[in-house]
Amino acid sequence: MQLPNPETLLSDISTKILAHLANPELSENSALVGIHSGGVWLMQRILSQLKTAISYGTLDAALYRDDYSQRGLKAEIQPSNIAFNVQDKHIILIDDIFYTGRTTRAAMNELFDYGRPASITLAVLINRGGAQLPIKPQIVGAEILLRSNQSLQLSQDTRGKLHLSLETDDMSATNDLKASNV
Amino acid sequence: MYNPQLDSDGNLKHLLTIEGLPKRILNQILDTAETFVGVAERDIKKVPLLRGKTVCNIFFENSTRTRTTFEIAAKRLSADVLNLNVGTSSQSKGETILDTVDNLIAMHADMFVVRHAQSGAAHFIAQHVRDNISVINAGDGRHAHPTQGLLDVFTIRRYKPDMHNLRIALVGDVLHSRVARSEIHALTTLGVPEVRVIAPKTLLPTGIEKMGVQVFHDLKAGLKDVDVIMMLRLQNERMSGAMLPSAQEYFKTFGLTQEKLKLAKPDAIVMHPGPMNRGVEIDSSVADGSQSVILPQVTYGIAVRMAVMAMLAGGTA
Repeated sequence: MQLPNPETLLSDISTKILAHLANPELSENSALVGIHSGGVWLMQRILSQLKTAISYGTLDAALYRDDYSQRGLKAEIQPSNIAFNVQDKHIILIDDIFYTGRTTRAAMNELFDYGRPASITLAVLINRGGAQLPIKPQIVGAEILLRSNQSLQLSQDTRGKLHLSLETDDMSATNDLKASNV
Repeated sequence: MYNPQLDSDGNLKHLLTIEGLPKRILNQILDTAETFVGVAERDIKKVPLLRGKTVCNIFFENSTRTRTTFEIAAKRLSADVLNLNVGTSSQSKGETILDTVDNLIAMHADMFVVRHAQSGAAHFIAQHVRDNISVINAGDGRHAHPTQGLLDVFTIRRYKPDMHNLRIALVGDVLHSRVARSEIHALTTLGVPEVRVIAPKTLLPTGIEKMGVQVFHDLKAGLKDVDVIMMLRLQNERMSGAMLPSAQEYFKTFGLTQEKLKLAKPDAIVMHPGPMNRGVEIDSSVADGSQSVILPQVTYGIAVRMAVMAMLAGGTA
């Protein structure tokens, strides 16, 4: 499968976010929040393109995940850092890949523990399909439908360039098949 | 090698002692604790991680600070907390430790935080409980007090991030100190090149050099150019017989004063696990001075205990 160039997708969602912020009602009282790790890389790149200062922060959301009982805490958590007042802010939440919607739910729950935002808009590089919750990104770079045994990862090299990689797990494909036969 | 603290995947299952814990796990606890420092600085100082779990603090020996910080840590993780001061309850009526534990398991406890005067008590309970229950040692006899050791190391790392370039001195009653033992294990595992212990001969366990520390009997010589001074409490209640001439005499030779503090590096930090004996091991002007990080130790202690509980309670469903 030919993957899109993430740099092109980034400039696409940057343009959309800038247009979104151009709304005078939003621009004064908006903030960007990146979800670790990919969402934070994207946010930093978007911030560098903004001409005016805007509040921003980072979230990990690991402490709000719904799979903690099954999987435990992941080994590498990044501290969340929301230094601005969330109350009544229009928040643009940024993530790299949108899949089940569970990370977004966890991130929204964490945000609400900092205050009551006026609104939350979700911006993602790629929507890979497969949402399990009534959550949908409003700003999307590309939509690529993937199977559940495929894993799409965003990475950043030492020079800050973004890369996408796709892996397919054949073992779990067989398991899926077995499960659907049952 | 079998390690009762780790599960078959190498994840932390119980926290009983720092001895034998891999560097990977120590760093994971310290890194996870960084996340929880931030939680305590928010308006809502609570995360939903341990919602629906029940944490039992079983204290067979009194300790207000340790119990309080474990309680607040569990509550900030949204757990329900039961505090048992067993010294004042059924044990005095003759119930065994395991009967006490079994009764709490029958009440669906998910985690035990255990403090006991006997070394090995937490380990004993950990061997007894089912797979989905975790045990944290909150101090057992003279053996170990791992969360205190971890919070001390966490505090050091926050003020002096380059652990590979530090000279650290532990001063005082090493013999009776489970904190000292836990801390020496943690510091040497994390690669601190020079750990000193400074104490009179009567307050040092034999063979302490084997733990990889340098021994000093003269406070002034031992404090020279250190980055971190960790004062230990003179454990009067654990002393039997005449190990020391008097508290005044001890203060003269091993008490930390402003004057002696000047021998350490100018940016050295002063730590104390509490409770302090002011005027015995530490002068008030040092305890309340600009180089003291004694109160930040308490604050970080909550974050470290939250990290340990969060690492233990997940993945059991």
